Amino acid sequence: MKNTPIVGTSVPRMEGRDKVTGHSRYVDDMVLPGMLYGATVRSRIPRGKIRKITFAPAIDWNEFVIVSPRDIPGKNCIALIEDDQPCLADGIVNHPEEPLLLLAHPDRHLLPKAVEAVSIEYDPLPAIFTMEESEAQSQIIWGADNIFKSYLIEKGDVDAVWQNADHIVEAEYTTGAQEQLYIENNGMIASFDPQQGLTVWGSLQCPYYVHKALMKLFGLPADRVRVVQMETGGAFGGKEEYPSMIAAHAALLAMKSGKPVKIIYDRMEDMAATTKRHPSRTRHRTAVAKDGRILAGEIDFTIDGGAYKTLSPVVLSRGAIHAGGPYYWPSVRIRAKAVATNAPPHGAFRGFGAPQSLFALERHMDRIAQVVGLSPAEIRRRNFLKPGQTTTTGQTVNEAIDLSKLLDRALELSEYDSKKNKFAQENQQGRRKKGVGIAAFLHGAGFTGAGERFLGSVVGVEACDDGSLRILVSSTEFGQGTNTALCQIVAEALSLRYEDVAIAQPDTQEVPNSGPTVASRTVMVVGKLVQSAAVGIRKTLTASGMLEESYSPEEFRAACRAYVAEHGKLRSFVQYEQPDDIVWDEEKYRGSAYAAFAWAVYIAEVTVDLTTYSVAVDDFVALQEIGKVLHPVLAKGQIIGGVAQGIGFALYEKVVWEQGRMQNGQMTNYIMPTSADLPPIRVYFEELGNIHGAFGAKGIGELPMDGPAPAIINAIEDALHVPFNSIPLLPEDIFAALSESAVLEALVPSARGDR
Amino acid sequence: MNESSEQRAKCEISFTVNGKLQTVHAYPMERLLDVLRHELGLTGTKEGCGEGECGSCSVLIDGLLVNSCLIPILQASGAKIVTIEGLATDGRLQFLQQSFLECGGAQCGICTPGMILAAYHLLSKKPQPTLEEIREGLSGNLCRCTGYMQIVEAVAEAARLGAVR
Repeated sequence: MKNTPIVGTSVPRMEGRDKVTGHSRYVDDMVLPGMLYGATVRSRIPRGKIRKITFAPAIDWNEFVIVSPRDIPGKNCIALIEDDQPCLADGIVNHPEEPLLLLAHPDRHLLPKAVEAVSIEYDPLPAIFTMEESEAQSQIIWGADNIFKSYLIEKGDVDAVWQNADHIVEAEYTTGAQEQLYIENNGMIASFDPQQGLTVWGSLQCPYYVHKALMKLFGLPADRVRVVQMETGGAFGGKEEYPSMIAAHAALLAMKSGKPVKIIYDRMEDMAATTKRHPSRTRHRTAVAKDGRILAGEIDFTIDGGAYKTLSPVVLSRGAIHAGGPYYWPSVRIRAKAVATNAPPHGAFRGFGAPQSLFALERHMDRIAQVVGLSPAEIRRRNFLKPGQTTTTGQTVNEAIDLSKLLDRALELSEYDSKKNKFAQENQQGRRKKGVGIAAFLHGAGFTGAGERFLGSVVGVEACDDGSLRILVSSTEFGQGTNTALCQIVAEALSLRYEDVAIAQPDTQEVPNSGPTVASRTVMVVGKLVQSAAVGIRKTLTASGMLEESYSPEEFRAACRAYVAEHGKLRSFVQYEQPDDIVWDEEKYRGSAYAAFAWAVYIAEVTVDLTTYSVAVDDFVALQEIGKVLHPVLAKGQIIGGVAQGIGFALYEKVVWEQGRMQNGQMTNYIMPTSADLPPIRVYFEELGNIHGAFGAKGIGELPMDGPAPAIINAIEDALHVPFNSIPLLPEDIFAALSESAVLEALVPSARGDR
Repeated sequence: MNESSEQRAKCEISFTVNGKLQTVHAYPMERLLDVLRHELGLTGTKEGCGEGECGSCSVLIDGLLVNSCLIPILQASGAKIVTIEGLATDGRLQFLQQSFLECGGAQCGICTPGMILAAYHLLSKKPQPTLEEIREGLSGNLCRCTGYMQIVEAVAEAARLGAVR
C-alpha cells in the first residue's frame, strides 16, 4: 500500500506551471464588466485638524464617484486588535499618508490629476517622529501616554546579581524601518450587490482578517461578506493587515457607485502608505561571570508603532520573547514597549520583531566576548540553552537540541577558524579588510502563547466526485509553498499520489478559517490539522465499507467516487486543540511561548573596501534545525530568500524619513539586493523532528530573517575592529564612523594622506 | 487637460506579438506594458515599479530585452514582440520554464515572466554562460522571494539542456 514517499521530496510547485507560463491570475489581471478604478486622497501633513476640503473647478467632479467618511455604513475603523485606525480620517489626521477621501472613475488615467485637484486645509498640530519624543510625551498623540502596549518578562532575581558580577556589559542597538518590497503592489477589486452583499478579490495573506474588517465597517453579517485571495505576488507580512484597508476603500466605492471598483497601488503609494518593519531600539545591561557565563540581564526593547496600534502589540511580544535568544539566562528582566509616532503604522514583516531584538542580542554577545576575553564562538557555546533548561519565559527546552554541535558544524562548514586567522594576518595590509561573524538564534513557530488556542483554526478536506481530494483552508500561497506542502501532507497521510490532491482557492464562502498565513504557522500548525482531516476522510470511507484497510491510490479514488455518488458531499473538518504540554500565563507572560522553536547558526564572511566603504558579503553559511524538511527545494528557497532580505536589512535598505513620510519610496532609491549583490548562500539542515508539526515539520519562513544582519555586522567588526550598533549600515555610515575616530589611521596608515 | 484632444491623439499601430500580427488603436505615448495587458489581454507581463527598475515587465522587442513600462507603443510599430505567453509551444514548456519549475526559480511568480525572458535573452546571446555571467545577466530583474540562487541554478540547468538554439 505504501507508495514512494512524497513528504521529503521536491515535487513540482502546485501552481508552478501557471506561474512560469504567465497564466497565473493576480488581482491586476482581473477585469470585471463596467469596472471603475479607484484612488485615495491622503493627508499631506503628519498631524492636524482638517479645516476645509476643496475640489478644484478644473475637473468635472460629476464624472467621479467620491466617498467620504459619511458614506461608511458601519463603524469607521479597520478592525484588528483595536478599532483605533479609521478607514477614512474624519476631522483629524495622525500621519502624513492617512486616507481622507476616495475617488473612482472609469478612466484610470484621470485619477492622478483628480487626486491632485483635491486640496485640504489644516490646522496643524505638533507631531512627534522618534521613539524618544514619544517617550518624553511632549505631545500625547495616542491614548494617555503614547504607549500601545508594554510587557514585562521576569525570571529569577535580577537585582541580586549586579553586585557580584565580574563584568557588567551595557550597550544600545537600533534597527531601521524596512519595506517588504514584494514585487506585486497591493491591490483589490470589490463589488457590491444589495442582495448578496460584498465581494472582494485581492492580493492578501489573511482572508478572514479582511472579512472581519469589512463586516464591522459595513455592519454586514458574515455571510454577506466574501473575500477571495487572488494569486499573490509576494507578501512577507506586508499583506497581513493593510489589505483590509484597501479592501475597505474599494468596497466603499463599489457600494456608492453600484459598480465593481479596482484599486491598485503604484509602487510609490505602496511604499509610502503601507506598513514597514518597526524601527527598534534595544538596551542591554548584562552581568557576566569571569568565565563568560551570563548571570543576569536587563533588556529594554522599544519599537516605533507609527500612528495606530494595528499589530504592534504582537510584534512587540515576539520581539520581547526572542530578545534572550538561544541562551540560558538564570535571571532576566525584559521590558518591552511599543510607542506611537506620527508615521504610517508599522506592521508585520517576516520575523515580526525577532530580527530587531535578535540583532541587538547577537551584537551584544560579541561585545560580551570582547569584555570577557573570549572568542565569539566560545561566548556563545558557554551560554547556549540545553535540554532541560528554561527560556526567558520559563519554557523548558524539551527537545534534544545540541546548539554546540550546531555551532561546530557551522564553524566547520564556513572554515571559520582558518579564515579568522588568515584575515587577521592579511588585514594588516591594503585597503580591503575581511572578517567573519557569527549569529546564533532561534525562532518560535506558530502564534505566541495561547494564541493558537484563541485562533481555534478549522481546516477541511473534501472528497470530490472525480475521486480526488481538495484541501479547504484559508491559508494562502504567496510564494512560500503553502499549496505544495499542504498537498504533500495529505497525499503522504493517505498514501496517495501528489496529483490526487488539490487545494481550494482561498474564498471565505468556500473555506473555513484556518487562521492567518503568518508566524511560520502554516506547515506546522495548519499542516498537522490538514493531516488529521485527511485521515478523517479515510476513516469514513473504511467505515462505510467502500475502502479496504489496504488500498492503492486508484482504489482510494474509486471509493471517494462511490461514496460521493451514494451519499453526496464527503467532507472532514478538524479544529485545533492546544496540546497539554503548551501552557501559557498571559498575565505573567510566562510559560510555553511556542509549541516549537527552530534553531540556527549563521556565519557571514565580508569584505569592507576602504576606498569605497562598501561592504560585500563574500560567503554565507546558513545552518538550521527545522524539524522534518518536507520539500528540500522549497525549504532551501525559503532560507536563501530570507537571508537575502536579511542582507538587505543589514546593508542596503534604508527608509529616509522626513516629517513622518518616506522620502525614497521608489525602487531607484530604496535599494534591495540584486542577483549581482549576493554571495553564494550555502544552506544546510538538521532534522530533529517535532511532535507538534505535520510529519515532524517546524515553521521556517521567518527564521532566516533573524540571523544575517547580526552575523554581517559582527563580521564587519571583525574586519575593522570598530563596533557598529545600528542598521542599516551604509557605506556613508562606515565612512563617517571611521573618519570620526582614529581608527582609519590605524587600519590604513596612509589613509588620510591619500585624500 | 483636454480629453477630446487626447482622444483624437489616438493612432493605429501594428506589430507582431508572439508571432501574431496585432493592430491597436492607442495613444502614441501609451506604455507598451498597458497595451499588452489591457488591449491584448496578455497579462503575463507584470508591472512592478513602473520606472524600469525591477524588470517584471520585461519583454523582447526584435530580440532585445526591454522594460515594457518604458516603451511608448509608437516605438513598437512594426516590431516583433515576444512575451511570456509566446514561450511555451503547443502547451509544452520551454526548457527555461521547466527548469524554473524544477529548481525553485519561481516562488510568488510575479517576477517570473520577466525573469524567464531575461534568461532567454541571456542564453540567446550566450548559450553557455558561467554562473557569474548569469548573475550579471539577470541583475536588471529584481526578485524579492528567492535570493536568486535557485533562479541562477534554473538558468544554468536550462543552458545545460540547450534552452535556446
